[in-house]
Amino acid sequence: MPLLQVENMTHYFGGLRAVHNFNLEIEPGQIRALIGPNGAGKTTIFNLMTGIYTPTEGRIILDGEDIVGLQPHVVASRGLGRTFQNLCLWRHMTVLEHVMMARYSRLTYGLVGAFFGTALRNREEAASKAKAMELLDLMDIAHLADQTVINLPYGAQRRVEMARALASEPKILFLDEPTVGMTPEELDQMLGIIRTLHQDLGLAIYLIEHRLKIVMELCERIQTLVFGEVIAEGSPEEIQNNPKVIEAYLGKEAVH
Amino acid sequence: MVENNSASPDNPPKRFLRLRQFLGDIPLLAWLFGGLISVLVEQQIGESLANLLGLPKIPVLFGFMIAMKEPLLLPGALAYVLVLYVLTIVLIGKITARPFNLMAAKMMQWPIAIPVLLHLVVLYASMHFWADISLYRELTLKLTLIAIMLTLSLNIINGYMGEFSCSHPGFMSLGAYGASAIMVLFFVNDRLFGDAILPEVLGPLFFPLALILGGIVAALGALLIAIPSFKTRGDYLAIISLAFMFIVKSLFENLQFLGGARGLKGQPDLANLPTVFIWMVICVWVINNFVRSTMGKALNAVRDDELAAEAMTVDTRRTKMVAFLFAAFWAGVAGGLFAHTVRFINPNTFGVQRLAEILAMVYFGGLNSVYGSIVGAVSLNLLGEMLRPLALFKWIIIPLLLILIMIYRPTGLVAFKEFDVRKLIQPKRKPEKEV
Repeated sequence: MPLLQVENMTHYFGGLRAVHNFNLEIEPGQIRALIGPNGAGKTTIFNLMTGIYTPTEGRIILDGEDIVGLQPHVVASRGLGRTFQNLCLWRHMTVLEHVMMARYSRLTYGLVGAFFGTALRNREEAASKAKAMELLDLMDIAHLADQTVINLPYGAQRRVEMARALASEPKILFLDEPTVGMTPEELDQMLGIIRTLHQDLGLAIYLIEHRLKIVMELCERIQTLVFGEVIAEGSPEEIQNNPKVIEAYLGKEAVH
Repeated sequence: MVENNSASPDNPPKRFLRLRQFLGDIPLLAWLFGGLISVLVEQQIGESLANLLGLPKIPVLFGFMIAMKEPLLLPGALAYVLVLYVLTIVLIGKITARPFNLMAAKMMQWPIAIPVLLHLVVLYASMHFWADISLYRELTLKLTLIAIMLTLSLNIINGYMGEFSCSHPGFMSLGAYGASAIMVLFFVNDRLFGDAILPEVLGPLFFPLALILGGIVAALGALLIAIPSFKTRGDYLAIISLAFMFIVKSLFENLQFLGGARGLKGQPDLANLPTVFIWMVICVWVINNFVRSTMGKALNAVRDDELAAEAMTVDTRRTKMVAFLFAAFWAGVAGGLFAHTVRFINPNTFGVQRLAEILAMVYFGGLNSVYGSIVGAVSLNLLGEMLRPLALFKWIIIPLLLILIMIYRPTGLVAFKEFDVRKLIQPKRKPEKEV
């Protein structure tokens, strides 16, 4: 059984059909990508699956349970971690606080612990901190733990976001254009990180990407989305040579 | 401005370096001890020192009032403050710095509660003896402590959560009327409520309960606002909460069994200085615990990016509700204490002017900071009292000050700083050695 299964998901914004009959299956440990021109609805699909929007039709099954209509934080705590295209970091918080925050749903000390600083709270916070430091180590940013995120360079901010997404211990990680605006060096490092996550942690990854180079290198299967509809699906080679994809990206004139 | 704040501890401005080096090695306990000694000295020789300097009596609030009324006495008042407070405290702090540093180093190995309690006892003792000189001092001190509670609780909503709530006077009045009604009903022979039901001896035992009930009433009121307004974000809460404040005010104006517009008086005299102090300490402790936990920091996450908070498993709606009710609870408790301190409340006490005062204290002191709330409440409250002789000009000077603060430090004096008790009480070394 696939880890995540999306069946015939359709979504309307008012009268506008943003996503039409979207299907997806992700097996544990698989890397898949969603590509498509600007405005095709890629991020909308992420937002639908993570519960920010509720799809007009269709089913989303995570690990055997239907997650349609659940609140985003519930979906996230069920194992759907994500990063954002435009770095949604909390500007006044430190790196360590970011990563610890993503373990919110695992805290059991409740309000009593929060108000009165019980022993249970101290234990849980310490465990959460240890786990967070581990992840920061993995991302090579442990030395920045006490820095406020807005003071960090862009590449480091991306890593913080990645560490934060991992801290909720997701089963599947959704990456929304993880390499956008990166220098070639930062890009290589990010590729390394994604590979580590996939190979060492065995995480299933679903990513939105513009740069075909990255997608070709990383992914086993690729879907191409144009105007809310999947027009092609297959291995990187198949996608690369698919006339419909070329048309969508380069326009009709280029195909001869 | 935030960048400046986070950078300043590492590279302090050169101007005060000398002073810093001179005073930097004095631990908190030595400061408090110096304060205690100086107020004890004041009790002994304050009267004669004041006479010597040509002052009619001991300057009540650091000589400000006297100097305002009769500018000729300014040098005398200044000399009094300098000799009795500044010099004594610095001298004693400097002399005792070594032993207290050793002591602080030793105490850091014990459970944190013991040194904290010790500090609080010394702090309370100095406040107690300071307030002993006159009733006016005691009243001012109590109102200042209550103002700290109000400011801190509003800071949860306006600072930590980044919403704008205007209903604090409303919550305060709910708590004040709730606690007063209970205490008057049970322990006072009163025209409105009839004879006392329980003997007066039980009063002090019941008082904390009444305060907590008052706080709960306020929290229930907050629930009424929270349910509709936390479905969305933005200015919605500001408008609803402002409306709520006026609704509560006119509610109490029309509830005849609570005295209506004439107000409610005759609260038993139970909010003495130790009681108010203990409640203030509990309030600061609990709120500080909350905002330093991951559950409390979720408020910051909600403020800075709610969508990201949701995606990181934070239950944002619950977080906002809890914080709002929690803040209202403490405003209610502070209201109850306020009612029993001044022992007369009427609906007008909890109007727009009170709101302006509390908001000013929050934004003056600093958003998202327990330090800031304490600084803001103490400074504006004392300033308000000191400038009282200026009558109308007080309301020109204080807003002017606020404007200046908003221009040069838009988030307040001590914003975005964590209140870490451990750091506060640890032994101090000379600043130069730290680098």
